[in-house]
Amino acid sequence: MSIIKLFLTFFKIGAFTFGGGYAMIPLIQVEVVDKNKWIDNEEFLDIIAIAQSSPGAIAVNSAIFIGYKIGGIIGALACMLGVILPSFIIILIISMFLFKYRNNEVVSKIFLGVRPAVVALIISAVYKLTKTSRIKKKLLIISLITLILVVFVNISPVVMVLVGGFGAIVYFGYKS
Amino acid sequence: MIYIKLFISFLKIGVFSFGGGYAMLPLIQEEVITKNGWINLKEFVDILAISQMTPGPIAINSATFLGYKIGGVLGAVVSTLAVITPSLVIILLIAHFLRKFKESKYVDWFFKGLRPIIIGLIASAAILVAKNTIIDIKSLIITLAIFYLVTYKKLHPILCIVIAGGLGVIMY
Repeated sequence: MSIIKLFLTFFKIGAFTFGGGYAMIPLIQVEVVDKNKWIDNEEFLDIIAIAQSSPGAIAVNSAIFIGYKIGGIIGALACMLGVILPSFIIILIISMFLFKYRNNEVVSKIFLGVRPAVVALIISAVYKLTKTSRIKKKLLIISLITLILVVFVNISPVVMVLVGGFGAIVYFGYKS
Repeated sequence: MIYIKLFISFLKIGVFSFGGGYAMLPLIQEEVITKNGWINLKEFVDILAISQMTPGPIAINSATFLGYKIGGVLGAVVSTLAVITPSLVIILLIAHFLRKFKESKYVDWFFKGLRPIIIGLIASAAILVAKNTIIDIKSLIITLAIFYLVTYKKLHPILCIVIAGGLGVIMY
């Protein structure tokens, strides 16, 4: 696996992630787990956990982490540059030439279509994770509780990550 | 020196924004509008709208945009690099640490406990996004159609996004 391929893969991911953060997860899953098999589903979840709990954008964090896992520090730099370059170039072009089109009708219609698709892509990523990862099915009740706490009780995701991780250490430590 | 000030401001934004994306906005607002007066609130809202409409992380988009507005192309380079530097340093440290302690049972337990939580978090992101985007019957149809195409027809997500953009133009 070459550094150029890593760079190009993340360039592609960066260019087609609308809505930031979690919208990138389905794309990373298809490119990095399904297609290139650089990491498996469990490693993928671990990486999201770390990306979510560290400062900075989730997409950039996971790109750096995956890059490091596959190709060391050079791999991390390649993925990071790959994932941010499309945004950088596009934003630069917009701010130089196209800022006046921000209220364009066709552009807003395109986004009326793209946004619900992003929801579908994220749900599909979750569906695939529950189907293919080696997580025991009864543990998905924890996923459901997490969902409820985050969406309806406004608990911070970082808190959930810490509770889950350290809770597991206490639980397994007590059992063994 | 404006570039040094820009770099330090966005470095700070990069260090203190946990949870990515929208979590960064109050910090950006504080640094760029309140403290330094580089842009006004109306410009900030415009920049947000553009950042949401263009691909890539919102935090990076707004850093590039603000950097360009404040200091031209060099300003854009400086602020973009500044906002990702903390991620790079922290993630590399964590990755290195985890590689060293790969055999530790505590690390193993920690991640075992995390995985179902993360699935829940991703699902909750879908709901939070859906709240603002599935606004009528048309957007619901697009969501269902794309879900079918990507999950059962195994269409690539990029192709799905292109199709959805076309559907938006046709349907609205």
